[in-house]
Amino acid sequence: MAICSVFVVNKAGGLIYQYDIFRLDIVLKIHDEKVVVSFGQRDGVREMGHAVLSINGVDVNVKYTAEGKEILEYLRDPANYPVSIRFGRPRLTSNEKLMLASMFHSLFAIGSQLSPEVGSSGIEMLETDMFKLHCCQTLTGLFFSCIKFIVLADPRQSGIDALLRKIYEIYSDFALKNPFYSLEMPIRCVLFFSYNFVICLQLKMHNTCSLKHVY
Amino acid sequence: MTVHNLYIFDRNGSCLHYSEWNRKKQAGISKEEEFKLMYGMLFSIRSFISKMSPLDMKDGFLAFQTSRYKLHYYETPTGIKLVMNTDLGVPNCRDTLQQIYSTLYVEYIVKNPLCVLGESLQSDLFHSKLDSFIRALPFFSVRAA
Repeated sequence: MAICSVFVVNKAGGLIYQYDIFRLDIVLKIHDEKVVVSFGQRDGVREMGHAVLSINGVDVNVKYTAEGKEILEYLRDPANYPVSIRFGRPRLTSNEKLMLASMFHSLFAIGSQLSPEVGSSGIEMLETDMFKLHCCQTLTGLFFSCIKFIVLADPRQSGIDALLRKIYEIYSDFALKNPFYSLEMPIRCVLFFSYNFVICLQLKMHNTCSLKHVY
Repeated sequence: MTVHNLYIFDRNGSCLHYSEWNRKKQAGISKEEEFKLMYGMLFSIRSFISKMSPLDMKDGFLAFQTSRYKLHYYETPTGIKLVMNTDLGVPNCRDTLQQIYSTLYVEYIVKNPLCVLGESLQSDLFHSKLDSFIRALPFFSVRAA
């Protein structure tokens, strides 16, 4: 148990000195421009992956507080204590999503190169205890336009193959047949997303399952 | 059902042990390069998954599969990584890999003072025990090849 406060009481019972020691029991560090928990897992705050989301109820701006001070500097100053900090898994920025997608692209290729069997595809399913990643590469992906569809789902979710094929179908109908769409560019087609895509996902969701994230 | 090969890596990424049983295709690069590629892939998968996960994970990466094989992964808190490639029919092998670690690696490598940790495993006893352990697995049945 760490020391939190010191009280000095005189003979008559009066308080003559009091000192509060404020100190985080959590070690923070900067990783990828975010302030993350590096050690000290407690009260639902997890090591590895949890980042500072807000301080005293105000959302932080990556590694700076709302006032523009560096978070680590702010927390080093005892005058700012007591402080309330909210931790959580950081949301992925769009840059990070781009990076992760290209990272998967190479993992996919290495998975096929390191295959002990002849004629193996790349990674089709990647399993962790929290989610399963399903990937479907279309035939055209092997030749000219490399299109992969990736879905993250609950580990117990079934029927993802059909969903991936359905997404491909919608992609070919609403993205490829769109005269304003140039190949290999980000899909900005309203129909693709707002209507068909969402309906297709909702159809999947109605049988007790939930698709948590779809990229 | 069959087991293709097994890699053991330490936490620094050096390959401590490699053995293969029914491997049809070689990677087309030297073994040294292959180990580096494999470790690099696992390392990237771990960081990929920790960012991609919608929730906090406990065990993290377990396995992936392609159209022809399945890769099973187990990592100890000390950073020893066991990787086993099998064919698609094999269910989750986490227990098997854990058993290889606890009954073979710990018993015959860690408890052997002559085995230098962090270098490739030279113990013949370990090699023969591992070979017979893998061959005794219920899903190790060589298909007519």
